[in-house]
Amino acid sequence: MPGLAAEIRAGDRRALARALSLLESDESAADDLIEALAAGPQAAATDAQAANAQALRLGFTGPPGAGKSTLIEKVALRYRARGHRVGILAVDPTSAFTGGALLGDRIRMGGLGGDPDVFLRSMATRGHRGGLAAHVIEALDLLAAAGFDRLLVETVGVGQTELEVAGAVHLVIVVLVPEAGDAVQSLKAGLTEIGDIMVVNKADRPGASALAGELREALDLRAKRESAGTRSGAEVPVVLIDARSAQGVDELLAAIDAAGGDALGRVSERRERALRTRLLTLLAEGAERRAGEMLDAAIDEEVKAIAAGRTTPRRASARLLERLLGG
Amino acid sequence: MTERKIRVLLAKPGLDGHDRGAKVVASALRDAGMEVIYTGLHQTPEMIADAALEEDADVIALSSLSGAHMTLFPRVLERLREHGLGDRLVIGGGIVPAEDMKALEAMGFGRLFGPGTTTAEIVDYIRRWVSERRTCRKTSQ
Repeated sequence: MPGLAAEIRAGDRRALARALSLLESDESAADDLIEALAAGPQAAATDAQAANAQALRLGFTGPPGAGKSTLIEKVALRYRARGHRVGILAVDPTSAFTGGALLGDRIRMGGLGGDPDVFLRSMATRGHRGGLAAHVIEALDLLAAAGFDRLLVETVGVGQTELEVAGAVHLVIVVLVPEAGDAVQSLKAGLTEIGDIMVVNKADRPGASALAGELREALDLRAKRESAGTRSGAEVPVVLIDARSAQGVDELLAAIDAAGGDALGRVSERRERALRTRLLTLLAEGAERRAGEMLDAAIDEEVKAIAAGRTTPRRASARLLERLLGG
Repeated sequence: MTERKIRVLLAKPGLDGHDRGAKVVASALRDAGMEVIYTGLHQTPEMIADAALEEDADVIALSSLSGAHMTLFPRVLERLREHGLGDRLVIGGGIVPAEDMKALEAMGFGRLFGPGTTTAEIVDYIRRWVSERRTCRKTSQ
C-alpha cells in the first residue's frame, strides 16, 4: 500500500484508477491505502493533508435529465481555464434487481477527453442506501491526494436521501429544469432544503424564468421564517443557466466563490454528521450480517409468526436484537 | 462482503452513425450484473484508452458497423498497451468478417462477435474470462 500511495501522490493515473477500484472491491486494502496516504514521510503527510484541505468539493444533484453532466463539463472547463486540476465522480444507480448498472454520464462530458489535468470516474451506487456510492467520501480523498483541487460529484437527485452528498462536499448544487410539475415537485422533495445553490437549467425553455422566480420566492420566505438555522440569513442563490451553451456558468462560479468562505466553515460540522451517519450505517450493515449468521433459524420462525398475524415486525425485531446483543 | 463487479467499457470508435446494437449489448451486460460504462459514438482510440484507464475497466468492448475495424481496433489495442492495460480483455463486435476476426484475435483480441451473436454468448464469455483471471490474481496486485 505505501507503494501505491506514493504512486498516487506522484500523479500516476493508473495507480489512482486502481485505488478507486480497491475502494469498492477490497475494503481492507482500501483502508490500508487511506492510512498509508495519511501517514508516509512527514513532508508527504502534511502535503497530503494540505492538498485534501484545499480541494474544493462540489456536489451536483437533481432529477434525471436536468443536465447535470452537461453542466459539470462546462464547470470543469472553466476551472481548467483558471488553472485548476479537476476530478469528477459520476454516480449512477445500480439496479436493485440485477446488481448491474449503466454508467452513462461520460457521454455528456466528451469535451474533457485527453486532458491529463482532468480525471473522470464513473461509479455505481451498488445498493448503498441514500442513493450515493458508499465510498464517495474516500474516493474524493483519493482524488485530492492525487493533486486534483476542484472535485465535482454528480449524483442522482432524489431529495432527502441526498443528505450524504451534503456531508461529502463543501457545496451542494441542485440542478432543476422547467418541465411540468418541477416547481412543486422540487419543493416537496426537499431539494430546496439541501441546496446551497439552486440552478435552473435549460434557460432557453419556456417556464425557466418562472421556475427561477418561484424558487427565489420560496427560498426568501424560508429565510424570513428561519430564526435559528444552519442557513439563517444566508441566501441561497438561484442561477439561471443554459448548460449546453454555457450561458450563466460564470455566474454559477461566482456564486460558488462567494459561498466559499462560509462553506469551508460549515463543512466540518456537516462532514462530521455525515461521517457519523456513515459509521452508523456500517454498524447497522454489520449487525444485519451478524444477525443473519447467528439467528437465521430464529428469523425464519419470526417471519412465519408475523405472516400468521401472531406478532409484529417491530416486536420480532426487538426480540432478535436482545438475543443478538445479549447472546 | 465486498463484491467484485465486472466493469465493461463499451465504445464505438470511428464514424458509425447509430448505436442501437451497442445499446442492446450494454443493457444485456447490465442485466447480467455488470457495470457498463458506455462512451457513445465517434470515439477515437485515444479517448477509448484514456477512458479504460480512468475507469479501470476489466473489459473493453468495441463496436463497429462501417468497416473501419481493421484500422481502429488494433489502434485501440496499441493505446491500451501503452497505458499498461494489456492485461484487460478486449473484444469487438458488429460487422466483422471471419478472416478479420482471426486476424484480430491473433493480435491479442479476446474474441470478435459477429451479427447473430446472442447477448447470452457475450455475457458467458466475459464471465468465464474474468473468473479464470480472478482466481489466479493475488489481492495485493
